[in-house]
Amino acid sequence: MIRYIFTRIGYMMITLFIIILLSFLLMKALPGSPFNDERLPETQKELLYKKYGLDKPVPVQFGIYLSNLVQGDLGVSFVFDNRPVTKIIQERIGASAILGFQAVLVGTIIGLLLGILAALKHNTIIDYGATVLAVLGISIPSFVFAGFLQYWVGVKLGWLPIAFWNGFEYSILPTIALAVGVVATIARFTRIEMLEVLNQEYILTAQSKGLSNAYIITKHGIRNALIPIITIIGPLTVNTITGSLVIEKIFSIPGLGEQFVNSIITNDYQLIMGTTIFYAVLFVSVILIIDILYGFIDPRIRVAGGE
Amino acid sequence: MTAKITEETKHYPADLFELASQADIVSDNVLRPEQSFWQDAWRGLRKNKAAIVGLCIIIFVILLAIFGPFMNSHGYDEQNIARTNLPPKVPVLEHLPFLGLNGVDGRGVDQYEKKGITEYFWFGTDELGRDLWTRIWQGTRISLYIAFLAATIDLIIGVAYGAISAFYGGRTDNVMQRIIEVLVGIPGLIVNILLILILKPGILSITLAMVIVGWISMARIVRAQILKLKSYEYVLASRTLGASNQRLIWKHLIPNTLGPIIVATTFTIPGAIFTEALLSFIGLGLQPPTASLGTIVNDSYKLLRIYPHGMIVSSIIISLIMISFNLLGDGLRDAFDPKVRK
Repeated sequence: MIRYIFTRIGYMMITLFIIILLSFLLMKALPGSPFNDERLPETQKELLYKKYGLDKPVPVQFGIYLSNLVQGDLGVSFVFDNRPVTKIIQERIGASAILGFQAVLVGTIIGLLLGILAALKHNTIIDYGATVLAVLGISIPSFVFAGFLQYWVGVKLGWLPIAFWNGFEYSILPTIALAVGVVATIARFTRIEMLEVLNQEYILTAQSKGLSNAYIITKHGIRNALIPIITIIGPLTVNTITGSLVIEKIFSIPGLGEQFVNSIITNDYQLIMGTTIFYAVLFVSVILIIDILYGFIDPRIRVAGGE
Repeated sequence: MTAKITEETKHYPADLFELASQADIVSDNVLRPEQSFWQDAWRGLRKNKAAIVGLCIIIFVILLAIFGPFMNSHGYDEQNIARTNLPPKVPVLEHLPFLGLNGVDGRGVDQYEKKGITEYFWFGTDELGRDLWTRIWQGTRISLYIAFLAATIDLIIGVAYGAISAFYGGRTDNVMQRIIEVLVGIPGLIVNILLILILKPGILSITLAMVIVGWISMARIVRAQILKLKSYEYVLASRTLGASNQRLIWKHLIPNTLGPIIVATTFTIPGAIFTEALLSFIGLGLQPPTASLGTIVNDSYKLLRIYPHGMIVSSIIISLIMISFNLLGDGLRDAFDPKVRK
């Protein structure tokens, strides 16, 4: 297990290195200087060039960039008066984290309930209803759903605020919009897993022992069905973060995703690079943590690893 | 007992016996007609109503994407300030007010009457007076084109990579899998964004950006399938008979991997359409006047509160395409899976 973790971390490092190299080369390939600000005096510019090592050859610059990166310095934004990218990320990450966490939590709970219910009522109207909902949730793009949610619930009915971030009620619509995909994915997966578990012989054994249905479903059914679901939480979190780019833009939430989209529109390259690397580290770590967790939680994998 | 019978048979004349020939032995009686791979899959698919509905919608949408733009005389980039933001108006259906296809906008004003336009715009017009019918089908055409192109390139690279990796095994497989392991960690959207920033948005750059990480899942599916098939005895038998590697790969392994490949491709297409739309939404889509479904949804989203018709129509079409491909993909997966078949 320890060896597995170290190998995985090794791959993660190579992956991140490639992403950083790619981002760096892109930055070099683009014309112009990051400090083209007329208000900056010449000496100041030179100091900045020195600080970021822009007067040195490209490989040396990459080395400096990497060492700055390791020390948590992602450079400065061109548009926001040369403010450090790390500061901007720090300010923005809060709203995104709350939104993402709420969406994954709500989505997972509803998805699990829906999936379990569909499996228990297999081939009934409830099962078909849940399946249809799941297909719709997976197929309809989140931004389409968000747009209409904002229009009908927010504008036409006037029930909830449609933009900005001033408290819990502001997070309801974006959370719903972001959670729909999570609900659909989890419900679909849970239904299939649950149906498979319910067909296992240990369920039959439990039934013939005279255990109550509720006990069998909670203790034997759900617990076994839940294990594989952990594997999709990783990709799901990545999808939610991706989805939040658009959702934050639609609901004007001052989160990292909105910032990222704006930096693309305003060509704020240093900020784009910094955020890209931040996202990459986040994505890769989430997947790694989930994979390692899975190894600890699933007893079958632990046995296989021990042999 | 046996010996006794043999003793007795000695007394029978030889002409009562007939020599058994190998050709006369019938080991198997094939009673039902043979089913080819495609017939078999089609039989499975036909039972799945949802998948068939999906397939019909896909065919219908493709036909409209091909012929739709020619169904009236307007070009997709033809602007006319005299007829901006017209709601949809369709002959016959205009008499059913609840459908909202009578040219009356959200405030109850008949925009056609007000602007003195006698022509019918089936999907209405956008803020520059462009005919949305032409524009949406033109956009669907481009979205589908990007999706199919991306799926095809994924398929070619993925199948070749996966097949070579699995078939040759050993050191080759080891090196190829290490490369995959590094690449698979790269978040797709990040690479898409980086590449499009360098290449500038366009049909080819968007396709390329999607392909660059898209082929990996296909390669993994093909590798897993071929590794499994490789250990089967019919492959060993073929090899014993002197079949070349090329023959083994193309005649035995690839055809038996077709099921999972087709299913994966079917799911790649809605994924690509979604990615393209998402990129449009964050400002990295095709540049005007070229339109894709994503850019149309994005443009009409800005007008949603005043003129919702554009957003409604384009969202319905993009959702319909995604739903249909997902339904078809689910159906195909069941049809190709012998475990599900009854």
